[in-house]
Amino acid sequence: MITSEAVQEQAPTLPSAESLSTERIAYLEGLVSQASTAAAVFSQFTQEEVDRIVKPMVLAGLEQAQSLARLAVEETRLGVMEDKVIKNMVATEFAYNYIKDKRTVGVIREYPERNLVEIAEPIGVIFSLTPVTNPTSTVLFKCIMAIKTRNAVIFSPHPKAWRCCSEAVRIMYETAVKHGAPEGVFSCLDSHTLNDNAFLMRHKNVALIDATGGPGAVKAAYSSGKPALGVGPGNTPVYLEKSADLKNAIVDIILSKTFDNGTICASEQTVVIDDEIYELALKKFAELGTHICNDKEAALLARTVIDPHTGFMQPLAVGQKAGDIARFVGLQVKPGTKLLIAPIQGVGRKHPLSVEKLFPVLAVYRAKSVEEALKVCIDVNHAGGLGHTAVIFSHNDEIIRKFGEVINAGRIIVNSPGSIGALGAVYNDLVPTFSFGCGTGGGNSTTDNVNIFHYLNIKRLARRTQAHMWFRVPNQIYFNLNAVENVSQFPSRSTVIITNPALERIGHVDLVRRYVSPQTHVHVSVIPDAEPEVNVISQGVETLNFYKADQIIALGGGSVIDAAKIMKLKYESPEADLEELAAPFLDLRKRVVQYPTDKVNRARLIAISTTSGTGSEVTPFAVLTDKARGCKVTLADYSLSPDVAIVDPQFVMSMPKGLTADTGIDCLTHALEAGVSSYASPYTDSNAMQAIRLVFKYLPIAYENPSDEEARSMMHNAACIAAMAFSNASVGVNHALAHAFGARFQVAHGRANALMLPHVMAYNAAVPTKFMPSPYQQGYVAHKKYAAVADLLGLGGASVEEKVNNLIAATERLLDQLGFPKSIAELGINKEEFEKAVPELAKMAFNDPSWRSNPRMPLMSELSELFWKAYQGRGVTKVAPTPQLQTA
Amino acid sequence: MPTIAAWPKLAEGQEAQGLREAAEKLDSAEGEVVFDFSCVRRIDSNTVRALEEFARSAEEKAVTVVLRNVKVDIYKALTLAKLTSRFSFVS
Repeated sequence: MITSEAVQEQAPTLPSAESLSTERIAYLEGLVSQASTAAAVFSQFTQEEVDRIVKPMVLAGLEQAQSLARLAVEETRLGVMEDKVIKNMVATEFAYNYIKDKRTVGVIREYPERNLVEIAEPIGVIFSLTPVTNPTSTVLFKCIMAIKTRNAVIFSPHPKAWRCCSEAVRIMYETAVKHGAPEGVFSCLDSHTLNDNAFLMRHKNVALIDATGGPGAVKAAYSSGKPALGVGPGNTPVYLEKSADLKNAIVDIILSKTFDNGTICASEQTVVIDDEIYELALKKFAELGTHICNDKEAALLARTVIDPHTGFMQPLAVGQKAGDIARFVGLQVKPGTKLLIAPIQGVGRKHPLSVEKLFPVLAVYRAKSVEEALKVCIDVNHAGGLGHTAVIFSHNDEIIRKFGEVINAGRIIVNSPGSIGALGAVYNDLVPTFSFGCGTGGGNSTTDNVNIFHYLNIKRLARRTQAHMWFRVPNQIYFNLNAVENVSQFPSRSTVIITNPALERIGHVDLVRRYVSPQTHVHVSVIPDAEPEVNVISQGVETLNFYKADQIIALGGGSVIDAAKIMKLKYESPEADLEELAAPFLDLRKRVVQYPTDKVNRARLIAISTTSGTGSEVTPFAVLTDKARGCKVTLADYSLSPDVAIVDPQFVMSMPKGLTADTGIDCLTHALEAGVSSYASPYTDSNAMQAIRLVFKYLPIAYENPSDEEARSMMHNAACIAAMAFSNASVGVNHALAHAFGARFQVAHGRANALMLPHVMAYNAAVPTKFMPSPYQQGYVAHKKYAAVADLLGLGGASVEEKVNNLIAATERLLDQLGFPKSIAELGINKEEFEKAVPELAKMAFNDPSWRSNPRMPLMSELSELFWKAYQGRGVTKVAPTPQLQTA
Repeated sequence: MPTIAAWPKLAEGQEAQGLREAAEKLDSAEGEVVFDFSCVRRIDSNTVRALEEFARSAEEKAVTVVLRNVKVDIYKALTLAKLTSRFSFVS
């Protein structure tokens, strides 16, 4: 039967310092003052100077290991002198071995690939409580850590270990000062009261409390309001699993539990043994000098060594020999008995021996199954040992891993002794320590083996990193008249052509079919000429599945090509959840939702554009209308980009004038927004600039003379080139405004863009109210990039502002030439209606992801203002001089 | 009108002694005293204490203490020792 009653812990106490005498306060203030001065002076030391002090301290500690151990045993009457020598040596030699090559001054680590540098900053004055159980070793260890990290320490040893600790402090201090450490770097309270501790814990010049001691001291440290390192109480469960090497395990447990008479808080407390090996294990324990208690003896032992009122171990038993404890309890044991083992039937207050016992008494539990064993270990762990240490002996990796998962312990020691294993660097590669962080379970801030890095403030110097950028487009783009012929080079068994009714009617589909291999089965799927809806996509995917398509040819404008992209996605990855894939993101490379890479089908997508605007034939975007949910779903991922783009002007020769103008201005907006985007790069700039040049030159011609092949061809190229730019640099505020306005007032996208464009250019060219965080840009350059466009177009201007104004004026002239309305008002939208709509329009525009790459971050009020400027119309915007924008 | 007394440079390794000698002459100082730290590469505990004592005496006599050409590491040490507010610093 497993029980898991919590063992009550003593309440934390931090007594008042008010009762201290004036003389005592002056004394304590003096300690802090000299430590503060020492810490200040120490801050000037170099790594080499520090290391020159540390080594002799370590040697002094090693030299005095035996005398200090003897002193500790004499004074505390706890533990084993020989073991304390080992502890002192671990605290010096092993600690030194770990720290000797570590940098703790100035730059301590560099991560060139991350442009990060870590720099050490000392803590200052540390107030350190040390325990009675490991007195001198803890002092030696902390002194070495403090010097290595340029800190000063005031020690407050446990009152029963004051003499040996103050001697350890003296040896360390004299050696340190002799080798250059600042005077006053260590001090030790001349006596010890809780009031002294309270005063020092709260002192404004004490920077950190390092409390290695009982739970009361640790909790007092944490409740002082100061940053604190504290260890927690332990109650180490041990799982002796049936696959363990029993011979080694029993020796390890005995040596660990008897080491220094069990005073290390990481030592084994309750061993849970699998039923199959229980008898054998106890036999081996007995053979190696352990007394196995019968039920009556176990009950007697429990009544004697555990306080029945508090449920905690009796202090008198701590650190005593097994034989002495047996004698005290009244047990008959063989001479030389090392350890007393008491079987228990559960964990908790009804089973007193299931708590922490810092003496050589070990509880054992017989478990009928792995599950039961793990549960008992969890109970022991939760009965006062959370976050501390646990041990498992097993050769079953699965069980070892499971043990690691279910036990909350900072140190989970495998197939080795708990106490010495937890100290680190002897049986494993844990960092050597004499302070075991126990995490939140033990009321601590860390689960680490406390070490030099906890005695440092580590500063991180983060240099601006050159963000990786990209330029991704379909790897095959065929352009100019009759580029469609290239369809013939792509082998296919089954091709589905997605198109719209008008294009089929005017013979474009037949033209494409001509270039598909005669051996290829071709199916034409005609979809409505509108933004694709969910049901259209579903039907399309069914068609692709039915014909087992290995090639999709999208012939049409943006809507048809978008539909084909989504059909391909769902055809190749039927599990793709469009709603989830449309989740918002800020950075394409860090997006939460990833597009599927597992594909059940594969089909080549050839996009043949029949309009000169969206550039969908090369973009990684697709928009879907979900009528059922009343929303648009925008998908963006480079996996959506067509495999092949065909930019053949013969498919746009018949575009009507209005469509020519709308799509042409959409193309110009793409190029202008990509040009000033915060994601712009030299790669996208070259495309954006070329597209702008082509639009200004050829759009008026294509508009006025639709049969002009050169103008049509160049505008078709311009749309594709601009799309390559915005596929990689994205768009901006203009698109956010146009999306909101177009959706609300049913205005064509290109037309909506045209209404906003001059105002947005002026807005972006002005001093931003809010700059957009942009790791890709150096300074604010939007106005200069507009000026560069003006130069490219030969618009003249003596200053940046003049050039920007000339570009805006040229854009306005182009819009006039193409017959665009000058204002929203001209569309017949009355002012009252617009006024009502503006707040919602601003919200919609702000929610639109398009502006995230805009060079300046729009405020809601600015979006409203831009809508009003568009309402009022063109010719009102002039860019004010911006002398403060002197950017590169 | 207060007079400005210029004090000799503090010699490296002799800082505390120099400060203590200066403190003895503080009675004759008026207004402001200037210590030149340009030769001082590091301060030790003695120097910190001497500076503290000097600052205390100067405050009692309403004399401003100016530290000149203090290196940044020393300035940081003085900051950690909470002494910077008691001095003026000039380059």
